[in-house]
Amino acid sequence: MAAGELKLSGWEVGEVRRLPGMDVKKIGKDLYEIFIGPQHPGSGHMRIIVRLDGDVMVEVDPDLGYVHRTMEKLAEGRSYIKVIPLMERMAILDACNITLPYVEAVEKLLGLEPPERARYLRVLLCEINRIASHLYGMGIFGVFLGHSTMYMWPFGDREVFVELAERLTGARLTHTYAIPGGVRRDVPEGFTDDLRKAIRYMRKRLEDYRKIFLDNPVIRARLEDVGVISRNLAIELGIVGPNLRASGVEYDVRLVEPYEAYDELDFEIPVFEEGDALARTWVRVEEIKQSLRILEQVADKLDKMPREGVMHDKFWAKAPKLYKDVYAKEGRVKLMPLFATLRVPKGKAFARAEAGRGEIVYYVESDGGMTPYRVRVVSPSFRNAIVFKYIAPGHRLMDLPAIYGSIDYFPPEADR
Amino acid sequence: MEEARRRAEEALAGIYESIEEGKGFVSFIVPVERLVEAAEALKSAGFDHVKSVTAVDRPKEGVIEVTYHTSSYGDPELAKGIVGLTVRVPRDNPRVPSLSRIWVSAEFQEREAFEFFGVIFEGHPDLRPILLAPPIAELRPLRKDFVVKEEPIYRGPIQKVEKPP
Repeated sequence: MAAGELKLSGWEVGEVRRLPGMDVKKIGKDLYEIFIGPQHPGSGHMRIIVRLDGDVMVEVDPDLGYVHRTMEKLAEGRSYIKVIPLMERMAILDACNITLPYVEAVEKLLGLEPPERARYLRVLLCEINRIASHLYGMGIFGVFLGHSTMYMWPFGDREVFVELAERLTGARLTHTYAIPGGVRRDVPEGFTDDLRKAIRYMRKRLEDYRKIFLDNPVIRARLEDVGVISRNLAIELGIVGPNLRASGVEYDVRLVEPYEAYDELDFEIPVFEEGDALARTWVRVEEIKQSLRILEQVADKLDKMPREGVMHDKFWAKAPKLYKDVYAKEGRVKLMPLFATLRVPKGKAFARAEAGRGEIVYYVESDGGMTPYRVRVVSPSFRNAIVFKYIAPGHRLMDLPAIYGSIDYFPPEADR
Repeated sequence: MEEARRRAEEALAGIYESIEEGKGFVSFIVPVERLVEAAEALKSAGFDHVKSVTAVDRPKEGVIEVTYHTSSYGDPELAKGIVGLTVRVPRDNPRVPSLSRIWVSAEFQEREAFEFFGVIFEGHPDLRPILLAPPIAELRPLRKDFVVKEEPIYRGPIQKVEKPP
């Protein structure tokens, strides 16, 4: 048998054969059922069950839940402050965006708003997270398409923003930065200068990405007109984030319901009309540019602002003198003991924010106790998972990685 | 938010029983027989997608509350608000008509509410567990009577303390 020739003779209907990375079951003449995953087909722990006619997908069934951690249930047994580090396990790189609506919902129930400096500091970390999250997504997309350079470059450049987040919060990932009433730390000395340096560097790099990846004829041949989602279909499926905006829907929570300091900042929401895999990638690149623009404004604003007020006065007044001294000297705030026994008034709150992969919503219900009665969270990737079922059929099997990568699907975030 | 609320109130006039004010959303409580009608009215008023199918177990009242939190992508005015559509069904036989034929975006989330709470969505195109393995889904983990057993703290090997003679 010549090299590369797959012996198809004698393949009985119902027989399962192993191919690299997948199990293939013959279910009829020229009909195959393929189980891709869950042992990490490319990125993430999920299984995709594909039924093929020849090599055209006729039915795609995303099988989620391999990294499900029952966060909603665990949250019911934890105090309000401990739910934050729990929830950010969904998307560790995007930790501030992912937990911000939860914090906002608790703040709505408590009836307090963070001070101005805290609002800017939250935006600062949110945008750093967004850039890091997009770079991660683009890197994974690169490796899906077999483009090793696009895997290495964004993963390397992501490190710049992870490092910035570490200097700001003390943790590379899972920062637990935003807490009810404010944030946990102020910026360290010289942070804004390094931030401006990172912004200059990233702008240059985006141009490199365009040359090697987005305008690469091989990549364009694989992405253009693949996985097209029309505007109406995007609305019908309720997909979120860059995927929605690539289909011509101008919806971004930062625009429709500005939270934190977004209504005081000047930025644009990039929207593309094509709705294909290439447009979804372009949206992410354009969004990084806008995030850099926001970061520049935040850096200027933070420099001008007096270095005080990262915590709401109501809580800050209860802080021991030692805490205030340390903050005045080093800009750090230790988590105040009152959070350990924080009681939240009875009520129901709903909050949303624009995370890196799209809109994340929280519903928090309190019965007046120390733990939430119910926390409902719908993450962006879970809402995007429906794309597999409704968009992938009709494409060839080789387009599945292109569709998967272009929607920036992240199983730990979807499974919660 | 005001505009979204006004438009929803107009669309649901005569269908809803009462309005529940939440922080950041407003919810219309409808009888379960009129849920489909209410959803159709809400969708034609411009609420084009479901953000969250939120189920809450209330064992004290003996009900499971299912809320469809909807909003709009197409209409920038409506997008500013979140409108909920709430039904209360008995805990021992929770049956809700499926809305995933009206809002496709509810399809996967209804499957989630089915496995975690045991709510049967009648007329759902593909009602099976999505995140959990079927034997675990049988336990309905998000109901309040399912108690999470936390692992005890490990304190090292047990040492026998001999009583002094």
